[in-house]
Formats: sequence, C-alpha cells, structure tokens
Amino acid sequence: MDLIRLLSFGPDGWGDELAAGTWLTIRLAVATLPFGLLLGLLVALAKRSHIRALRVVGNAYTTVFRGLPELLTIFIVYFGGQILLQRIVEFVSPGSSVEVSGFVSGMIALGVVFSAYSSEVFLGAFRGISRGQWEASRSLGLRPLATMRLVILPQLVRLALPGLANLWLILLKDTSLVSVIAIDDLLRVTGIAVRVTKQPFFFFGVACLLYLVMSMISSIGITAIERRLGRGHGRTA
Amino acid sequence: MNFEVLQEYGPRMLAGLVVTLELVAISIVCGALLAVPIALGRMSRNKLVSRIAFAYVYAVRGTPLLAQTFLVYYGAGQFRPELQAVGLWWLFKDAFFCCVLTFTLNTAAYQAEIYRGAILAVPRGQSEAAMSLGLTPRAIFRMVVAPQAMLLALRPLGNEIILMIKGSSVAAIVTVFDLMGVTRLAYSRTFDFQVYLWAAVLYLVMVEIIRRVWDHLEHRLTRHIRHA
Repeated sequence: MDLIRLLSFGPDGWGDELAAGTWLTIRLAVATLPFGLLLGLLVALAKRSHIRALRVVGNAYTTVFRGLPELLTIFIVYFGGQILLQRIVEFVSPGSSVEVSGFVSGMIALGVVFSAYSSEVFLGAFRGISRGQWEASRSLGLRPLATMRLVILPQLVRLALPGLANLWLILLKDTSLVSVIAIDDLLRVTGIAVRVTKQPFFFFGVACLLYLVMSMISSIGITAIERRLGRGHGRTA
Repeated sequence: MNFEVLQEYGPRMLAGLVVTLELVAISIVCGALLAVPIALGRMSRNKLVSRIAFAYVYAVRGTPLLAQTFLVYYGAGQFRPELQAVGLWWLFKDAFFCCVLTFTLNTAAYQAEIYRGAILAVPRGQSEAAMSLGLTPRAIFRMVVAPQAMLLALRPLGNEIILMIKGSSVAAIVTVFDLMGVTRLAYSRTFDFQVYLWAAVLYLVMVEIIRRVWDHLEHRLTRHIRHA
C-alpha cells in the first residue's frame, strides 16, 4: 500500500516527522501542567482570601480567561508578549531585538487557560475539606503553611483529581491550537506532510487517531492514579 | 484608542461577530437534532447500535476541533471528483459550510452526552409511576421523562454554547472571516495590538450575555419546583 509507505520512518516516509510532532505535543502538554496547576492553586487561594481585593482579582481572572477563546489567548500572549518583551529589551539596551519562543508562549497561554479552569476545581475541592481538619491542625500547633502542605494538600489532590483529569484531556487537545503560532507540534507537522503529499484526508485522519491514542493512554493513567489515591477511602475509582 | 483603526476595522469586526453568531447558532441547532438519535443510540439495548454511538462520541471528544476542521475542509479537497460527481462540491469548497458541518458533528457528540446524562438523571419512579398509569412507552418519554430531562440539560447546554462560541474561533484558520478571522486580518494589516483586545472584549460580552440569559431561563423554568 502506498499510504502505508507514507507513514514509514526514513527519508520517503512521514513516520519520523509525525513522531517528532507527537513528542512535541506531549512535551508541551506536560510542561504546561505543573505551571497551570500551581497558578490555578494560587488563583483558588486568592478567591478564598480574606482580602477583598485579592478575591476580586481572582474572580476577574477566572471570568476573563474562561470566557476568551483559547486561540485568542494564545495570540494575545504571543503577540502581546513579543511587544512587551521588545519594550523591556529596548529600555535596557536600545537597538537590540528579541524573539519570543512559540513553545514558551504556547505554554504560558495554555497554562493561563488551564489555571482559570483548575482554580474552580480547587475551589470545589477546598469546600470538600471540613473545617475540622484546619482546626485540628491548629490545635496540634501546626503553622498555616505546614497545615496546607501536610494536611490540606494531600486531601485536596484526591478531591480535585476527577476535575483535573478532565482538564488534562482538554489541555491535550488545546495544544493543537498552538500549531498556528510557530511551533512544530503534531498538527503543524501533519499540515506540512499534507502540503507535500497531497493526501489531506489520510494525514489529518492519522493525526486525529494519534490524538485519540494520547487521550486513551491518559484515561488509563488517570484511572490508575485515581485508584491509588482512593486507597483507604473505601471506594475505588 | 486608535480611532483610525477603529473606524476602518470596527464595522468589519461587527460583521465578523455576526458570522460567529451564525456559525454557532446553526451548529448548535443542527447538532441538537443530531444529538438526540445519538443519545438514544447510546442507551439502546441493541449492543451494536450502542457501541457505534459510543465509538462516535468517544472519537469526537478525544480529538481536537481544529484537527477535525482540517480533516473536513482539506480532506474534502481530496475527494473533489467524487463530490463534483454527486453535485456537492460547491458546498464543500466553501469554508463556512465545512466549519458548520464540523462544528455540528462535534457539538452533536457533546450534546448527546448531555441529553443522555439528563435522561438517566430523571428519577426512575417517574417512569414507573407513568407506567402504572397505563401510559405507553412513547407517551412516557414524551410527556414525563423528556420535559424533566430538558430542565436538567439546560445548564450543561448553556456551557456547551459558550464552549462553541469560543471553539468557533478556529474557523478563522480555514479562511472564514468570523470575529477571529477579521481580527487576524486587521492585525496583519495594521500591526496594532489593540484589535486583539477589542476582539477579547466582544467575546467576553457574548459569553456574559449567554450566561445571564441562561441564569434567567433556568430561574424561570424551574419556578414550579423551587422551594419558596
């Protein structure tokens, strides 16, 4: 079959290019995750804060980045970041210029979107932890930071996991949007293959399949993690 | 504010906004029509039917909308002779139609899951009571289960519309001049970053309006089951 040969690894096939694109997509999603989680947790804490200003900022952040199309957020971060960095660089050393990496812009944009959604998940998880946990920690003499790290966070992870797992699957798909700025992820590499081979249906079909496989593997991993975190809670995932 | 750019591209962006609204409205409505049989197929006792419906939903939800759009828009080009033979090429060469088709197929899968969840969430006692009153299965679904399921589906359906408004921006990448498309055009000609911020405001306003309308709808439609 000619089509199968198009997928072979080596100079005539696109197998190695597609594999490289898939690898970049995975790296982008994995690199975004910790950034998005941390930012989401901070935003959730801001929304629970006793300080009114922090709450307002946290809520506005969520409203804006959940309401904007992900594609628009990516453009705003990519072009806006470019302009901002350029101004800073020109201020520091006039005459020099700077190029924003597509990978980093994509990571920031996707991370910001992820954090807006995950902050809501964390907020819900915080509500699932009873007051008694905080009070008990306090009566044991734990400082607030230690309470958070040793008592609250471990429970928070378990409660937030189903929501975060969903967001991970969405993130995996949203990485495809970064292909519109300069980054050779799976979808962009596929586009190049299509332009050369004139086989759009076949190659975009393969790309869809690869995304599907990534989702399936993620689902299996998520189930395993849920089962592990659910140990000792009488209910397995 | 750069008023020159606003004067030049403001009206065009509003025209793009209308295109976005058309895309979303057509896709959501057609998607809903398609979602009902898919949801019923998912719940069918016939193993084959339920598996096919499940596979469809799983495949659509597991792949990015942008990749699906490319598959339909560029993929159709590969079948040009065949499409011309059946007289459908004029439809598939139009990017707007391809986007409507892709978005419809996409939202149908998500909406099918919403309707299925809502139907399953109607308490069993409702259909049992209807059965004991001697209603036929068809009447039970139409008069007892469906109206209650629609109420339960209302909130997730509102979310799906919001997701579709945001997702429809990928149409800009396949040359449709929706709000995002016009914005990209304006930026490529003026290099004025403001246009992206205007687009952001317009998208936020759209999403906020849907949210308000939905809150109002839900409040009104559930007034008979609210505890005063």
